[in-house]
Amino acid sequence: MADLTYIEAIRTALREELAHDASVYVLGEDVALGGPFGATRGLAEEFGERRIVNTPISEGAVMGIATGAAALGLRPVVEVMYADFITLAMDQLVNHAAKLHYMSGGQLAIPLTVRVQQGAVGASGAQHSQSLEAWFMHVPGLKVVMPATPADAKGLLKSAIRDPNPVIFIEHRALYWTRGELADGEALVPIGRAAVVRSGKHATVVATSRLVGVALEAADELAREGVELEVVDPRSILPLDVETIAASVRKTSRLVIAHEAVETGGFGAELATRVQEVAFDYLDAPIERVAAPFAPVPAGPTLERAFIPGKDHVMAAVRRTLA
Amino acid sequence: MMKMLRTLLLMRRFEEMLIQAQKSGASFGHFHVYIGQECTGAAAIDLLRADEHLVTTHRNHGHLLARGADPARLFAEIMGKAAGYNKGKGGTLHATVAELGFLSTSAIVGGAIPLATGAALASKQLGRPGAAVGFFGDGALEEGVFFESLNMAALWKLPVVLLCENNSAGALGQSAGEYPGSTIAARQLIELVLPFGIPAVAVDGTDVKAVQEAMRAALERARKGEGASFIEARTQRWPGSRPLWPALATGETDVAYAWQPERIPPEHREWFAHDGVIRYLREAIAARECDRAQILEVDGEVRRSLEKALRFAIEAPYPDPASALTDVFAAPEAR
Repeated sequence: MADLTYIEAIRTALREELAHDASVYVLGEDVALGGPFGATRGLAEEFGERRIVNTPISEGAVMGIATGAAALGLRPVVEVMYADFITLAMDQLVNHAAKLHYMSGGQLAIPLTVRVQQGAVGASGAQHSQSLEAWFMHVPGLKVVMPATPADAKGLLKSAIRDPNPVIFIEHRALYWTRGELADGEALVPIGRAAVVRSGKHATVVATSRLVGVALEAADELAREGVELEVVDPRSILPLDVETIAASVRKTSRLVIAHEAVETGGFGAELATRVQEVAFDYLDAPIERVAAPFAPVPAGPTLERAFIPGKDHVMAAVRRTLA
Repeated sequence: MMKMLRTLLLMRRFEEMLIQAQKSGASFGHFHVYIGQECTGAAAIDLLRADEHLVTTHRNHGHLLARGADPARLFAEIMGKAAGYNKGKGGTLHATVAELGFLSTSAIVGGAIPLATGAALASKQLGRPGAAVGFFGDGALEEGVFFESLNMAALWKLPVVLLCENNSAGALGQSAGEYPGSTIAARQLIELVLPFGIPAVAVDGTDVKAVQEAMRAALERARKGEGASFIEARTQRWPGSRPLWPALATGETDVAYAWQPERIPPEHREWFAHDGVIRYLREAIAARECDRAQILEVDGEVRRSLEKALRFAIEAPYPDPASALTDVFAAPEAR
């Protein structure tokens, strides 16, 4: 067992995969210098700047170049510094990387991993704080992974790099310095399997990314009142493990969905529909969503705090389902 | 020489037949044709090795045929048939033959440029010396990824040949030595490239020898690891490409126009005066590389083989509708 931070777990996964497979490459702005948050620190020294490639500030062409290289057999891991900046690469990601396998009738495969970090942290303002995962899950051909713990960050990143498809690997900036236990060895985590991170019987909270920890805090507090929450982390929103979530809902009969992205058109809307398709008869209360309001992320610290969904929002939503 | 002649006629006849097939009721969607630009693609692709890669655009039929694609499977793909190269999922806009080195056809203007640059990056990183060629039109130079890709191709000395097929030569302004378009500020396209330290030349895209000369230099540079090159091949837009749907606006090409120019209907003389295919035939005869009888024989053989290919595609079954939902994700491979 090792005790690592989330960002160390990411670095460990990159290092292991770079050592494991000579076709793995890391591309991104300042990655040879370690990147802005240190995810790639030391990798250029260890693997050389031929494999840890600093790119210009050209998200669009970098995504296209990585896609072309992936079609030829490289396994590029592209770091996009902020999820907000992936907007500059959407054509190459959505029209090319996501579709080349399909459009070619299966002749081409694009084993591309795109690492991005997101989240409203540190008063970064509306262009450095968005949670954009719902956009990607709307595109057939992309997988969307959102680890909440160091163990999942490592195990899922390794699976993403080995996956023959484009995988958007979404990290949360606020989690970078959180710690957790990692099993020894490869400790791969398969993409597409949800984790029941706390068992309970009164209500289910499905939470993603940073909200998993928030939901666990809410569960601790509600436990003092005798309310036992079950917390489920889907870990990847595409593919989505509806069965594990539905099994939990059949047990608790109440569902709260919590994410940091804005509520409108979010992952929660999709999940609510999917759950009622398979477990409607088991629900004893309307499905509740905890999410950011429909506004750009404000910059000022007090406004930002008011914007970000937190423990109180989760507890209030759970209470509504129990009322 | 006879191979080039056959390739040019194959490209021309394939698309003439495609236009006629749609007019006579074959059911398929909108498509773009390469007519008028054949000499560029045929000349450039002729010089590529089997292990080199290409990315092309919506005017892709000629490129695929020049590389050796089976016309029957290409017709079938355009018609959305199961026997098509992409199982009917790509159509004309995304027809791809991976085994011939194509990394897709991008129908997004400029989309092919970073993909080709990425293929060059992979060749270099994997230690497989070889060039990647990106084909694109002059409009792609209005997109941001063009400049971003040029920058990285130059920085990393990537073995990519960026082949810009400018098919709007001869329009307004060209006579004044300026770029004809109103949507790009540069007076000459190559001026956009030279500041990156990438060699750039403009050639007559209807002149097989001129294209080959430029392409040879670019490929040699790429294969020696010296970096990227840019070629602007100038052709004129074929009148049949002006309407929303391609039409045989200059009639079916008669190879005899090469030796009996008086047979060209007066209203089409302006176009055929700079048609590369007719020019190639005319010059080949003048250089005694072939005679009229040989040209007629090759043309007849090409037509017969294409008629057979077209019949195959028309009669081929459509795919099972359920197959629309397969190939969304690649299955994990054994490792």
